Amino acid sequence: MAQNDTLIKGWQPVIGLEVHVQLMTNTKLFSPAKNQFGEDANTLVDLIDLGLPGVLPVLNEGAMKQGIKFGLATNAKIAETMIFDRKNYFYPDLPKGYQITQLHYPIVRDGVVEVNGKKIRIHQAHLEEDAGKSMHDKYDDKSVIDLNRSGVPLLEIVSEPDIRSASEAVNYLKKIHQIITYLDISDGNMSQGSMRCDANVSIMKPEDKEFGTRAEIKNINSFKFVEKAINFEIKRQIKILEANGTVEQETRLYDSIKDETRSMRTKEFANDYRYFPCPDLVPTNITEELIESVKENMDELPEEKQDRFMNSYNLNEYDAGVICADKETANFFEKVVENADVQLAAKWIIGDLNALLNKHDMDLQESKIDAENFSELIQKITDNTISGKIAKEVLEEMWNTGAKVSEVIDSKGMQQISDAGELENIIEIILNENTDQVNAYKSGKDKLFGFFVGQVMKATQGKANPGLVNELLKKKLS
Amino acid sequence: MNFKQQRDNFRAKKISAVEAVEESLRKIKDDQLNIFINHFEQEALSNARHIDNNFDDFIAKPLSGVPIAHKDIFCTEGLPTTCGSKMLENFIPPYDSTVVKNCLDAGSIMVAKTNMDEFAMGSSNETSYFGAVSNPWNHDLVPGGSSGGAAACVSANLTTISTGTDTGGSIRQPAALCGITGLKPTYGLVSRWGMIAFCSSMDQAGPFSRDAFGCAALLDAMASYDEKDSTSTKRQDTNFEESLSKNFGSLKVGVIKNIQELDISEDVINAYETSKTVLSGLGHKLVEVDFSELSSGICSYYVIAPAECSSNLSRFDGVKYGYRSKGEKDIANLYMNTRSDGFGDEVKKRILIGTHVLSAGFYDAYYLQAQKVRRMIKLKFENFFKDVDLIFMPTTLDQAFEKNRKSDDPNRMYKEDLLTIPANLAGLPAISFPNGFKNNLPIAGQLIGKYFAEDLLLNTTNKIQEVTDWHKMTP
Repeated sequence: MAQNDTLIKGWQPVIGLEVHVQLMTNTKLFSPAKNQFGEDANTLVDLIDLGLPGVLPVLNEGAMKQGIKFGLATNAKIAETMIFDRKNYFYPDLPKGYQITQLHYPIVRDGVVEVNGKKIRIHQAHLEEDAGKSMHDKYDDKSVIDLNRSGVPLLEIVSEPDIRSASEAVNYLKKIHQIITYLDISDGNMSQGSMRCDANVSIMKPEDKEFGTRAEIKNINSFKFVEKAINFEIKRQIKILEANGTVEQETRLYDSIKDETRSMRTKEFANDYRYFPCPDLVPTNITEELIESVKENMDELPEEKQDRFMNSYNLNEYDAGVICADKETANFFEKVVENADVQLAAKWIIGDLNALLNKHDMDLQESKIDAENFSELIQKITDNTISGKIAKEVLEEMWNTGAKVSEVIDSKGMQQISDAGELENIIEIILNENTDQVNAYKSGKDKLFGFFVGQVMKATQGKANPGLVNELLKKKLS
Repeated sequence: MNFKQQRDNFRAKKISAVEAVEESLRKIKDDQLNIFINHFEQEALSNARHIDNNFDDFIAKPLSGVPIAHKDIFCTEGLPTTCGSKMLENFIPPYDSTVVKNCLDAGSIMVAKTNMDEFAMGSSNETSYFGAVSNPWNHDLVPGGSSGGAAACVSANLTTISTGTDTGGSIRQPAALCGITGLKPTYGLVSRWGMIAFCSSMDQAGPFSRDAFGCAALLDAMASYDEKDSTSTKRQDTNFEESLSKNFGSLKVGVIKNIQELDISEDVINAYETSKTVLSGLGHKLVEVDFSELSSGICSYYVIAPAECSSNLSRFDGVKYGYRSKGEKDIANLYMNTRSDGFGDEVKKRILIGTHVLSAGFYDAYYLQAQKVRRMIKLKFENFFKDVDLIFMPTTLDQAFEKNRKSDDPNRMYKEDLLTIPANLAGLPAISFPNGFKNNLPIAGQLIGKYFAEDLLLNTTNKIQEVTDWHKMTP
């Protein structure tokens, strides 16, 4: 069970994640209200979401299909019948006083994902409705509720406790993120709450046969915080156990400002949710035909895309992996190479473009770079209009202003000088001004060749076509 | 006057919708029995005028020009819907229930909403926040419940049709105690959209009228497939009124073996035996069935119904609508005091029972066990119906009882539903009709049919009513 490279001070962390994913659907899980983020408070609310007396839920088939997609993507078993349960608890942002969820018959069971070559099992993934949002800091003396989120479909993906380190947890989460965004199951936006994560953390000695008592850390909302929260929790538990204390089974909250987890409630105060089958929803069969039709309409999975990129674009495994890490980049790449050289495009996306994105902590969609313009940049390099060095400057300008490649080149006179006559004149002048070096070169100092290239580049502000400069210089100096 | 006469008069232009409504409202305003929670003079008259002005559009509708009273459990857009509770005393829904809408489309005019046991929990109409309803036959007696107001309304001839709901007998028992006809349809025939939920897996709306004819016409209006209710059934429409004149031939009717063992009053048994001879006289064959196991249904019912109710009534928390206790400083107290003050004792008792039977450690022993019994009862009925077309039994153990008499003894009160509950547990249709009279009080019997055999139930009841006069008696 234990892997020694993940031991911390001789303790083996054991981690399981529960990932809540808001599904991309037109409407909510059980009501015809729109499923959207960022609208004015309480504008996306139907009678059903308000929990008015006499209203009834009707299952959104679109959400069911999203669940099936995830099951297919993780090689899981898909339930034959959709059965929902009620989870009963009182909270002001839960208008009905219960949440409709799937306790006993999750839509997805026994899935698996591969994270850096290791298989991490998915215990189940079930559909449920999201609650509304309570806000306590908007007004001094009252709390207010926004029900736009009430009834939004969620898929809760529960892993087995197969994860052994905080960084592995992050990689697992990234894998889930990759799958759901690839398949348009969710936009996976953690900062907007469309992907949230609870972590179950315990520690044990490698020789122990049973897991230690676990604490559940609730509602962690970024990859970075997942790693920090788990690491904090591991250290906290080690400290307790090494002082001969006992870890309590409890729910904890991660405070990203103080970088610590704090107790929310212990087991004795755990809610009794009084689950029972929701009588308003009749069991719905998931037929083979439905699963087949979902399968037929399903987008490519990350691994499939990577394989295809290796085969049809002749990319190496590393490049294909980096480009396919997220769907947006992969789509971007495919658009770019419609009109541009594949290897050069890959090199520039993985290198300079990624560097810019990382530096500004942005994704492609947020940036001013679009595929068509970027494709033109690559074409200009290929057809020798600009050199690689100039291309970097052009890209900088595109990043800052979103300007068209041709406009940048024109307005700044950045075209490469590939006119042999013009270059010959420049070379002539430089050789005349540096007769000492010419003589030295001719007497065997080959290294000086670079000096002449540098002088030409300096004279042309880097715009001289380097290949042509080499060729002409060799001819003149021979 | 019965439903058919009233509708015929409208169709023959002998009486306008406005006149029918005015007459009904006059009687409603004079009501001494506390039958109504609200009546709607302006809305009703304006609706009636609309129907009169568009006579041709409405003449062929099943309920054309007939005033109707709805149980106050059905949401009515812009008009109060209390469910018999302080919790919803001032609640005005922003939408119509499907039943109310269907009845409106069918040409009826809602004149009032009827009193009921709070959230439909009760068998005597005494748990209503708005006070008990008196039985039109004897004002010291209860009309039954929970649709007590709706049954009394038709019995006292304030309207000729009314709607009710039946979760454990709430249509059939008050129909029996008030001497009218009432039908609980197959679960899923009538949409539950907009009907305030008590026990979602059993709640079913149905019609009251003096006779099978009125019930058939009202059911024609009420029944519809509704995509807003996932438990409503998509099926071919049956015209129930037309099916009254169909000939179903000689039927096999199951009758109760050893009925003396069931703690049923002598008068009720006598009426039952008389009805058996009526059925035989109509050419039907009687087959004895062993009903003894079905009486375990009551235990199952009083676990499942409170369990579902405890969850269904969670939404009444003072946060969004309805009653809210004043001056609370924190959410826990707001919940506690709102629900303590807003609900009556019977409702609170059932919420507590329901919460208990769903709790960790008790779920298997109570809720799960009750579901097993429910399944067993369903199977038992399926077996019965291999041999018989209908089952006939009394509706109640006894006739109408005095107010306050049984309210102190919950077990006796719950037992009131012994004969009605099995059909709810199985989701089967059942119709109660008057079949005797003693001590100036009505007695009733009920027929239970196979799923969606409402046409057969109404047809058979109609045939019985062609040769008997019990349904014609009025207080």
